Amino acid sequence: MKADERTPVIEFRGVGLTYPGPPAVAALDPCDLRIGCGEFVTVVGPSGSGKSTLLNIAGLLDTPTQGTYLLDGIDTKAISASHLAALRGQRVGFVFQAFHLLPHRTAQENVELAMVYQSIARRQRRVRAAAVLERVGLAHRVAALPTQLSGGERQRVAVARALVAEPSLLLCDEPTGNLDSATAAAVLDLLDGLHREGMTVVVITHDPQVAAHGQRTVTIRDGVLTDPGQGRVVV
Amino acid sequence: MKARGGRSPHRSRLAVRDLLSEAVAGVLQRPARSALTALGTVLGVGSFIAVLGLTATAASQIDTRFDTLTATEVTVADISPKDPDAPALAFPEDADGRISRLNGVRAAGVYWGVRLGPDRTVATSPMGDVGGVEAQTQVVAASPGIWQAADATFTQGRAFDTFHDTHRQQVAVIGGATAARLGITTLRTHPAVFIGSTSFTVIGILDDVERKPELLMSIIVPRSVAERTWGPPADEGAQMLVSTQLGAARQIADEVAVALRPEHPEFFRVTPPPDPRSLRNAVGDDLRQLFLLLAGVCLVIGAVGIANTTLVAVMERVGEIGLRRALGARGRHITIQFLAETAALGLVGGLVGTSIGSVVVVSVALARQWTPVVDPLTLASAPVLGLATGLLAGLYPAWTASRIPPVEALRH
Repeated sequence: MKADERTPVIEFRGVGLTYPGPPAVAALDPCDLRIGCGEFVTVVGPSGSGKSTLLNIAGLLDTPTQGTYLLDGIDTKAISASHLAALRGQRVGFVFQAFHLLPHRTAQENVELAMVYQSIARRQRRVRAAAVLERVGLAHRVAALPTQLSGGERQRVAVARALVAEPSLLLCDEPTGNLDSATAAAVLDLLDGLHREGMTVVVITHDPQVAAHGQRTVTIRDGVLTDPGQGRVVV
Repeated sequence: MKARGGRSPHRSRLAVRDLLSEAVAGVLQRPARSALTALGTVLGVGSFIAVLGLTATAASQIDTRFDTLTATEVTVADISPKDPDAPALAFPEDADGRISRLNGVRAAGVYWGVRLGPDRTVATSPMGDVGGVEAQTQVVAASPGIWQAADATFTQGRAFDTFHDTHRQQVAVIGGATAARLGITTLRTHPAVFIGSTSFTVIGILDDVERKPELLMSIIVPRSVAERTWGPPADEGAQMLVSTQLGAARQIADEVAVALRPEHPEFFRVTPPPDPRSLRNAVGDDLRQLFLLLAGVCLVIGAVGIANTTLVAVMERVGEIGLRRALGARGRHITIQFLAETAALGLVGGLVGTSIGSVVVVSVALARQWTPVVDPLTLASAPVLGLATGLLAGLYPAWTASRIPPVEALRH
């Protein structure tokens, strides 16, 4: 079965976000977007274009003011805030440009943190964190603090943390923004590998080289989203 | 990779064990700051324990003094009417003997202050200005029973006795301080003091008087001599001091007036010792209320310290809050995590404060040779008080932390 024939992981139906102000600011114009299971999609656009708004809505960190958003087929408007938090924790893995690792926790503890709110037993957390760190090539760095890790290693820890709860969707916000080109290439290879294994990956970037890794590139400018398959998708 | 259907997820949960370990990790990630933050609670709870412990310890010592002295002391005042038909002195000559024979009485003695005229000074020379002169010295007339009743001890010489009193011997006993002022250092030379123009041979110098310390500043002469020389007691009237055995005082107080003058018991006003229990409570309550107020002020200062520092920590950890929200934490998880951290700080502060407060109480008690007294309930409640302080102090910062939108938080 092809990836896009399954239930889409992300389905925007006229989703938009306007900050009420005054003055009211349209951060994302109402748009449709469909990202199938196992797709690697990149979202490109200049700074302030609405990329992060798109990611925040897709990652359930922000709530759209218009339209309907279905994540894994679940209408996010129809569930309570506590279920929304659970959905975010269980179905979405985040990789941030600034890594967001807790500085006083080891790599292993940082990865385990992603399972703290998921009712996963401690022993299982340790086993899963160790396994996912091995998978991202950091088996030898499990006890290192973030300050003892290189930029690339930190981002790989962040990727491991995003993967450990076995999400449906990996959302990466400028994952290579703070890395040199060689390290960035290694992180992108890691994301490519995850995609090949079937992970749905959405990467937000303003770097054309990073955007080239995606199967599909969605463009956003001034809050208007353009999908190459569908053209301008303003509703 | 997992591809899950449209089934609604189960709610995010934060197990108690995870909450505690997250709270401890949060506290330990900045140990110096945490220690300083907890210091307010340490001081507050430490003060709480110290003041309550010291109050209880001191009150216990006060109680002991009252138990051993005041509880065995009955005072009888002569309030007979000043008319020609009534005797000038209501206490009969054999008052000491009458009362001493009552069961439970250790000793009893009558005494009164002698009012001297302005020209009657106390001196060691009949010339007045040759020897030591002490114009302000109080002259006290007393029956021989006063010495045992007042628990007097002597550095030199002896007390006057029934013989001296019966035979109106012109002898005197003087307090140590008065002796020093009059320049009397030894009794070998049989020194005399002149009260006005009347001489008295000093036969004893007082060392200490447990019940009537004012006698140390006086010259005490036999009551018979005083009556003959200066007449009966003037305005203030005579009093009797009765020393009883422990537990007998209130019974003696009921009997003493009748024993002295069966026909006119109304001539006497008997003052029994205060009830030790009510006294203990009164002393304890006064001090406790004052010190509890002080301890409360310390705790409030501690709570404000925790609240302030935690609020700063919340602002510093906004990024972490955002991350936790991104990882599935609900607002209430953030709230209880910060509450748990401040509660842990409060509890640790409470435990350390309890320890320090206890050490202070024991140290002070040992230095003063007292028995340290701390209510076990106080010891048990102090760490809980610290915990409650931490929880209260954390309410506002924790609420603030939970209100930070995840998107805002992740921008930091």
